[in-house]
Amino acid sequence: MSRDYMLQKVRTALGRAPGEAIPPPPEPLLRLVERDSKDRVELFQRNLEALNGHVYRAADRDAARERVAEIMNGASAVASNSPVLRNCGIASLPGVETGFGDRDALRAACARTAFGITSAECALAETGTLVMFSNAAEARLISLLPPAHIAVIPASLILNGLDDLFSRFPRPADQTSAMVFITGPSRTADIEQILVRGVHGPGELHAVIIEDVT
Amino acid sequence: MPNGRVALFATCIVDQVFPRVGLAVADVLERIGYTVDFPEAQTCCGQPAFNSGYREEAGRVARHFLKVFRDADYVVVPSGSCTSMITHHYAQIFADDPALLAEIHRMETRVWEFSKFLLEVAKVDDVGASFDGAVTYHDSCHALREMGVKSGPRRLLSKVRGLTLHESETAEECCGFGGTFSVKFPDVSGGMARTKIDSILKTPAKFVVSIDSSCLMQLEGALRRAGSEVRTMHLAEVLASR
Amino acid sequence: MSELISITEGFKETIGNKNLQLAIYKATGRLIDKRKHAVTEDVLPGYQDLRQHAHNLKRHTLDHLDYYLEQVEKNVEAHGGKVVFCKDGAEVSDFILNLAKERAARLIVKSKSMTTEEIHLNERLEHHQLEAVETDLGEYILQLAHQRPYHIVAPALHMTRYDVAEIFTKNLGVENETVPEKQTQIARAVLREKFLEADIGITGANFVVADSGAVVVVENEGNGRLSSSAPKIHIAIAGIEKLIPRAQDLAVFLPLLGRSATGQPLTVYTSFLSGPRREGEIDGPEEFYLILLDNGRTGLLADKDKRESLFCIRCGACLNHCPVYRKIGGHNYPWVYSGPIGAIITPQFHGVTQDPWLPFASSLCGACAEVCPVKIDIPRLLLELRSEVIQAKTSAGKNRTELTAFRVFAWVMRHPRLFEAFGLLGSIMAPSGEADGWVRTLPFWMRVGPLKKWVAERDLPPPAPESLRKLWRKRKPASKDK
Repeated sequence: MSRDYMLQKVRTALGRAPGEAIPPPPEPLLRLVERDSKDRVELFQRNLEALNGHVYRAADRDAARERVAEIMNGASAVASNSPVLRNCGIASLPGVETGFGDRDALRAACARTAFGITSAECALAETGTLVMFSNAAEARLISLLPPAHIAVIPASLILNGLDDLFSRFPRPADQTSAMVFITGPSRTADIEQILVRGVHGPGELHAVIIEDVT
Repeated sequence: MPNGRVALFATCIVDQVFPRVGLAVADVLERIGYTVDFPEAQTCCGQPAFNSGYREEAGRVARHFLKVFRDADYVVVPSGSCTSMITHHYAQIFADDPALLAEIHRMETRVWEFSKFLLEVAKVDDVGASFDGAVTYHDSCHALREMGVKSGPRRLLSKVRGLTLHESETAEECCGFGGTFSVKFPDVSGGMARTKIDSILKTPAKFVVSIDSSCLMQLEGALRRAGSEVRTMHLAEVLASR
Repeated sequence: MSELISITEGFKETIGNKNLQLAIYKATGRLIDKRKHAVTEDVLPGYQDLRQHAHNLKRHTLDHLDYYLEQVEKNVEAHGGKVVFCKDGAEVSDFILNLAKERAARLIVKSKSMTTEEIHLNERLEHHQLEAVETDLGEYILQLAHQRPYHIVAPALHMTRYDVAEIFTKNLGVENETVPEKQTQIARAVLREKFLEADIGITGANFVVADSGAVVVVENEGNGRLSSSAPKIHIAIAGIEKLIPRAQDLAVFLPLLGRSATGQPLTVYTSFLSGPRREGEIDGPEEFYLILLDNGRTGLLADKDKRESLFCIRCGACLNHCPVYRKIGGHNYPWVYSGPIGAIITPQFHGVTQDPWLPFASSLCGACAEVCPVKIDIPRLLLELRSEVIQAKTSAGKNRTELTAFRVFAWVMRHPRLFEAFGLLGSIMAPSGEADGWVRTLPFWMRVGPLKKWVAERDLPPPAPESLRKLWRKRKPASKDK
């Protein structure tokens, strides 16, 4: 609407000509640390548990599947199309709906189910964060609408932190329309500064880390 | 033993309302071997005008200051806010005057807040003081945030025989003086002072000490209004005590 | 200063309200502590370097903003979205209303955005049979109560659970519920329906990433994710100053924002959204619009000395640490932006003569500058604005008394003997006070101006019977020690 007008105002304010070159910006500040993978897993667990997330270590795929079944405890779930879930047999656990390709069907299922089960693109140890990319394997609403979220991730997906992440993915927009960092269960302190969990997003967050899978 | 001449810039409030602070500064400096001059032509640093938005008027007062202290090797000031006015803000007033700016930059290295002078120029932290009393320290804003004055005064106080130092929870919070702020927004200023004295009164301190008399005037005014017997003392007065 | 009288009435009311004072003090105190523990050297090494780096990045971006605006536009479009440049709030609402009409949209869900508060977006949309619902819990409560935010990050800081209970009962017809957990569940249930029915989701943007054509939405509740993922249309609204050059710069900005605002290294949800859903994605919006708003920002951009006012990443740390904000609260500021950042940008957006008192309502303690993650030198900017207020008043001939007073001040201060004479006069005229001279009540003829205002709140020291210069003349130097 006011595109040219505004751009011209900006240039005038800055004393710059259209198309004028710019000096390079300050170099990105990415501080990479060396950390043992075992330490990363422990750090991730500690940090997510500090935020009231539940973290479980599963020795292998079977153990992961059993753990998920335990968490579900007979309730229903919607699972994403992630190959990790398929390979663990989680996608075929009783009570689990999966294979959604249609937006409306997915939304309806998520709105009435107890658990959303996903994997993740990677995770960040320093903050206890799950990094989700929206794509054919992972829909957005599965980790958002149901009141509880279970994320199943191979230990090898755990990175150190944001610096690692942005070194690995300097242009996340090339990968997905939506990259989301999930750092604990949904919360608010808007009423008298009292902490309440599960406002709009899931109030329960479970992370199952599979130790022997790459 | 250090010796040399320093000029005392007392500040207008010390000159007119708290002269014993100026005397105490001189006593301490002389005791550690300095000769102290008091150039009689001194008046004010100009901060009240500057803070109220009157840069031109502040500039006139600043020129007078520069003239009065032109030949001093060191100027010692018992106030963080006045020191900061000279060393941080004079350059802003005269940003367009290269000649004066050069003079100001020379002045900036010679003007010292009292506690910093003792520790960094005279390089003493024990001036042989004795003061039998419980005190709490108030971190004056300009000194704290613009000049990094925090551990220095505490170190000086720790060498005072008989003195016990008790920290208050709000030591780093503003006393609410802020120059004309104190009378333009008296409710807010008074409220800020009361927040300070609430936590001061929770300590066993009988005295509040700081390096800035305007803070002390604000705090003592509030303490007295609240019916408290806690009083204020400038750091110089404590250090001058025997 | 008659406008000052009505302003100070508002201050008095807030300061005199003990419950409100306690609420403000506790809430800000909590945020102060959280930040403090999140920026220590052992949990965040090199914090000061990060601040400087963020400052430098912002300076670079704003100094070359036209370049980055064009870059973000190109990248948004490359990903299937559209950039809409709006010079003011009216253009924003025109665009949205038009789009809503074209798409037969009736329900909008909104996540928290100070930018939309600034342009009163909800009011603009309300009159057109469009329902626009705030979904952030605090903002939702405020919307029902028709109030504006009290704090940039904690909008309903001033409300108690009883206030919330009343608001819910009145507006939602529910039974009186005073337990915050249950109140939250009530809001969650209501808003869930809205998310799933909404035609359009509007969010703000904490950052706009030029090299990615993306917006970043930082939150704890999940309403930002729902607003941007559930409806078919996502509109992100951001001031032009929100740009940063690269996605990689988020490695610096996200920790600074989270830690400065609430002590969180990362908030619960951080979304990096670059347009409508792509091929293969199962859900997500089908249309994405990034509205870039001017609304006066180009004016601030043009003032090189004060351009850093636009560096603000809206963390709220300056509010939390400001002793003035902690006394007067958010509603005593004239605009939606309160606290120290509000004090410097309001006069720049509205002109210094609109609220001439505002830059003076500060003791210049500098606590704000100390905690600002992008190192905005707020006290310096306040001092410059004060000077501009005085210049404006003086040119308009409005400032005679005070101007004269300071001219006299300057004159006296250049004439030491006059200074001495005035001092002497003062000590003669001073009322005799209590035992050691401090004055509690002034004689009636002195109850004017600054003296009256001082004595209203605290005792006044008398001028010394003998000034220092007088005492100095009689003084013998102290003997050298040791």
